[in-house]
Amino acid sequence: MEISTALLFNAIIAGLLLGGFYAAVSVGISISFGMLDVVNIAHPGFVILGSYIAYIVNSRYGFDPILVAVALSPLFFLLGMALYRVYYLCFEQRGQESLRGLAFFFGILFITEVVLILVFGVDYRTVKSVYAETTLRLGVLDFPLRLVVPFLVSVVMVVGIQLFLTHTFFGRAVLAVAQDQLALRLMGVNPVRVKQLAFALSISTAGIAGAFLIVIQPVEPSIGREYIGLVFAVCVLGGMGSIWGTLLAAFVLGLAESFTSTFFGPSWAPAVSFGLLLLTLAFRPSGLFGR
Amino acid sequence: MKIIGTVVKWLGAVLLAAAGVATAQQPLKIGFGMSLTGPLAGNGKAALISMQIWAEDVNARGGLLGRKVELVYYDDQTNPATVPGIYTKLLDVDKVDLVVSGYGTNVIAPAMPLMMQRKLVFMSLFGLNVNGKFKYDRYFQIMPAGPDPAVDWTRGFFETAMTLNPKPRTVALVGADAEYPHLALEGARAHVKRLGLKVVYDKTYPPKTVDYSPIVRAIQATNPDLVYLASYPPDSAGMVRAANEVGLKARMFGGGLVGTQFAALKTQLGPLLNGMINYEAYVPEVNSKFPSLDQFLAKYQGRAIKEGVDPLGFYLPPYAYAMMQVLEQAIKAVGSLDQGKLSSYMHTFEFDTFVGKVRFAKNGEWAIPRMLTVQYHGIRANELEPWMKPGHVTVLYPNEYKTGSVKAPYHENKK
Amino acid sequence: MSNRLFAVVAFAIALAIAAASQLIANEYFFSAAYTVLLYVILATAWNILGGYTGYVNFGSAAFFAIGAYTTVALFYAFKLPLLVTVPAGTAVAGLAGLGLGYLTLRLRGVFFAIASLAMAVVLFTFVVNWDFVGGARGAYVIQPSEVPFGLPRYIHLLFSIKVLMAAGALVVARAIETSTVGRGLAAIRDDELAAESAGVPTLKLKLFSAAVSGALMGMAGTTFPYYLSYIEPSSAFSLSYSVNSIAMPLIGGMMSWMGPLIGAVLLGTVQQLVQVTISSAWNLLIVGVLLVVFVTLAPNGIMGWVDAWRQRKNQ
Repeated sequence: MEISTALLFNAIIAGLLLGGFYAAVSVGISISFGMLDVVNIAHPGFVILGSYIAYIVNSRYGFDPILVAVALSPLFFLLGMALYRVYYLCFEQRGQESLRGLAFFFGILFITEVVLILVFGVDYRTVKSVYAETTLRLGVLDFPLRLVVPFLVSVVMVVGIQLFLTHTFFGRAVLAVAQDQLALRLMGVNPVRVKQLAFALSISTAGIAGAFLIVIQPVEPSIGREYIGLVFAVCVLGGMGSIWGTLLAAFVLGLAESFTSTFFGPSWAPAVSFGLLLLTLAFRPSGLFGR
Repeated sequence: MKIIGTVVKWLGAVLLAAAGVATAQQPLKIGFGMSLTGPLAGNGKAALISMQIWAEDVNARGGLLGRKVELVYYDDQTNPATVPGIYTKLLDVDKVDLVVSGYGTNVIAPAMPLMMQRKLVFMSLFGLNVNGKFKYDRYFQIMPAGPDPAVDWTRGFFETAMTLNPKPRTVALVGADAEYPHLALEGARAHVKRLGLKVVYDKTYPPKTVDYSPIVRAIQATNPDLVYLASYPPDSAGMVRAANEVGLKARMFGGGLVGTQFAALKTQLGPLLNGMINYEAYVPEVNSKFPSLDQFLAKYQGRAIKEGVDPLGFYLPPYAYAMMQVLEQAIKAVGSLDQGKLSSYMHTFEFDTFVGKVRFAKNGEWAIPRMLTVQYHGIRANELEPWMKPGHVTVLYPNEYKTGSVKAPYHENKK
Repeated sequence: MSNRLFAVVAFAIALAIAAASQLIANEYFFSAAYTVLLYVILATAWNILGGYTGYVNFGSAAFFAIGAYTTVALFYAFKLPLLVTVPAGTAVAGLAGLGLGYLTLRLRGVFFAIASLAMAVVLFTFVVNWDFVGGARGAYVIQPSEVPFGLPRYIHLLFSIKVLMAAGALVVARAIETSTVGRGLAAIRDDELAAESAGVPTLKLKLFSAAVSGALMGMAGTTFPYYLSYIEPSSAFSLSYSVNSIAMPLIGGMMSWMGPLIGAVLLGTVQQLVQVTISSAWNLLIVGVLLVVFVTLAPNGIMGWVDAWRQRKNQ
C-alpha cells in the first residue's frame, strides 16, 4: 500500500475527530473517578441512556439530537444527584466504597442495559440529523460532519468544564475536594454537597456524550460495555483528575486506533488502546498529567 | 448439601408436572431454541413468527399425523452456552417429538453432539457450513447456500464480476471479525485463486469499530477493481456510510453484507445503497418464481409490524416457513416420526415450498445454490414503500432468476 | 475441622454426587448442573482475590477463556486429552493471573480492576486474530465417541469432572482462608498500609492470591469446549461470566468459602430456571437487581445474615 500524504493526513484527522468524541465520553469519568474517587463503572450505561433519549425525541419530533441532549442535561444532572446520594449513604459513609461501590455500579450498569433491552429491544437505532450525511472536502482531506459536529461540541464542553473548574468558586471547591476534604470542611464548605454536585455534572456529560454517540454510529443497548475499558483507559492515561490530560489522552487513543486501522489492520485497534493502558499502568501509573 | 436439596425439590416438581399430562391425543411437539434476545434477536423473532404462522396453517388443515402441532421454544439469547441446556430440557423434560435449530452457527453447532448422539433429524436455520466438521448424515440446512456453502455463497459476486469488460484484476477483501464473515471471506479467497485475481487488501476489523472511514481509505489506497465485503448489520451500516463519505471508487462493491435484507437498514441507508452489490434471499422482482409467497408475506408483515419486528420479511421468514414445510411434507410422506425414515426421505426427494423446489445434497446443504446476487438502484429516499414493490433491485445471478446486468463502476452508478 | 479432613470429606461427597447422579435419567439435569458447578468454581475463585484480599477482578471471563482456549490449542496441536489440557489450562491461567498481578498489584485496587478489564479486551482481540484456534470463526472440538470409565454419555463425564473440580476449588479456598496466608490476605483487605507496616509481605501474598484465583478460573474453562463442541471468542469472553462471578460471592457472602458456594448454587439455579421458563433478558435483570440489592442492603451476603442470626441466638 502506498502511503500517500492524503492517506496519512486523513488518518490523522479521523483520529483527532474520534479522539474528540472519546474525550466527551471520558470527561465524566475524569471527574467522578479522577477527582472524586468514585469508580462509576456505570458511566457508559448513562451514555447509552443519553443516546436513547436523544433517539426518542429525534424520532418523534425531529429535533437535532445534540441540541436535545444539551437541553435535557438537567435531567441527567438530577439523576446524578440521586445516584450519588444513594452511593454516599450506602457506601462512602460506611467506608466500603472500594469493593462494594464498584459492585454497586456494575449492577447499575447491567440494570440500565437490560431495562433498555426490555423497552427498546436489541435493534440498532439511529437518528436523523441534517449534517450526518455530509462530508466537507478540502482538497484531498475529508471532514465528515458526522464526526466533526460532535467533535466541536465535545471540545467546547471539555474546555468549558476545565474553565469552570479553575475559574469558579464551586469548580475550585471540586478540585479542593479531590485534594483535601478536611481542609475544605474547615473552610465551611460541605464536601459531600460538592461531591454530589460534581458527580451530577459528570452524569450530565454522559447524557450529552450519548447524543454524540448516536450521531456517529447506530446504537443498541449492550454497546455500553465496549466503552467501560475505553473511558477508564483515557482517564488513567491522561492522569487522574486532569481534564487536559483526559483531552490529550483521548486524542492519543483516537490517533492510535485510526493509525492501526489504516496502516496495520483494524482487528488490532482495540488491543492497541488497551495495550497502551496496560503499559501506562505498568510504567507510569500517574498518567501523562497526573498529580 | 444445598445442591442435592435443590435438585430433589426441582425433580419432584418436574415429575409431578409430567404425571399431570393427559395421555389422549397428545399434541405433536416441535422444540427449538431461538434468539429472542441478543445480537441476532431481530432475525430470531422474525423466524419465530413465521414458524408460528406455519403451525397455525398446519393445524387449520387438521394437524400433522392427526395431532395438533405445538411449538415449544426457549430463548437461547444468541449465546451458545445456553444451547445444550435448552435442547436437553426439550428432549428429556418436555419430551418433544421433533427438534429444529435456532438461528445461526453459534447456536446450531453446540446442539450437534446431542443430535448425533440421539440420532435425530436436525433441520437447521441459516448457519454457514456447520456440518463441515461434524459430517452428520441427518443434518439439513434450509439456507440456500449450496453444497459447498462458503464457496457457493460468494460465487454470485465473482461470477458477475467476470462478466465485466475488461475483466477485473485486483480485489480487496474485507469483513468483520466474526464467524460468518470469516467463512465468507474464505469462500471468496477460493474464487480469487480460481480466477487468478490479485488480492491487494485482505483484512478484517473488530465488529464494534466506531469509525469505518480509516478502513475504507486504506482499501481505496490499494486501488482495487473489486471490493468484497462480508459484514453483520452494525458494521454493514458503518461500512456503507464510510464508503459514501470517503467516496469509494471501485468497479464492484459489496457482496456479503448481512443486514441490508431487512427493513431497518434499507430505510436507514436508503440512497446510500445505490450501486451496491449484495445477496438477498428474496426480492419482489422474482415474485413470479415463488407463487403463494405473497400470501405468506402479507400475513407475516401484519404480525411483524405489531410485534416490532422486521416489517419486510424478505430474509429469514420465507425460509423459516419453508423449513417447516419440508418437515411437514416428509412426515406426511413417511407417515411417522421415525427419524431414520425421515432422514432417508429428506435426502432422496424434492420438496415443494414457498421458496421453490428444495433438494438436499449428501451433506444436508442445498444441492443447488439459490442465494440471489443483486444490485440496488434508484432509491431516492429513506422509506420502506419502494422496497416492497419491484423496481429497485436488479437480480444478477443465478441465471434462472436474472433480471438484468450489472452496472459498473460502482461509483458512477450510485443513482 | 482440619483442612486435610475437609478435603477428604469434600471429595467423598463429590464422588458420591457423581455416582448417585448416574441414576438420573434425564440429561437436562446434567447440562443445567454443569453450568451451576461452573459458576461455583468461578465464584469461589473470584472470591479468593475479591473477598479475601479485597481486589476486584472484572476480567473473570478472560481467565475462563484462557482455560478454554488452552484446551482448544492443545487439542488442535497434539490431540491431547482432557487429562492433560485441564492442568495445562489451569497453569496458563495461573500464569496470566500472576502476570496481571505483577503489572498492576503494586497500585491501588481500582487500577487492578481496570487493568483486568483491559487485559480481557487485549486477550479477546488476540484470540480473535489467532487463526490456529479458529479466531472469530470459532473452533470445533468434537466429543470423543467413547466415554471413559464406562459412563453412558459424555456429559456425565463432564459433570463428574466438574463436581470434582468444584470440590477442589472449595478445598483450596478453605485452606487459604484458614491458613496464615488467609490471615495475611485479610489484613491486606482491611487496611493494606497497616498490614505493610506490620511486616506482612503484601506484594507476595497478592501475587499468590491473583495466581491461584486466575488458575481456578482457568480450570473452570478447560472443559467448556467439550461441553459445547463449538467455542468462539465473543461467547467465551462473555461479560456475564465476569458479572456472575462478582454477583455470586457478593450475594452469598465474601468472608468464607461457603458464601460463593451458596451464591453460585442459588443464583445459578435461578438463572437456569428463568432461562427455561420466563426465558429472556429478565435473566440479566435479575442478576443486576439482586447484585444491587444485596450490595446495598446486605453487604455481607447470605452468610452475613446467617452469622448475624447465629450471634443473636447466642446472646
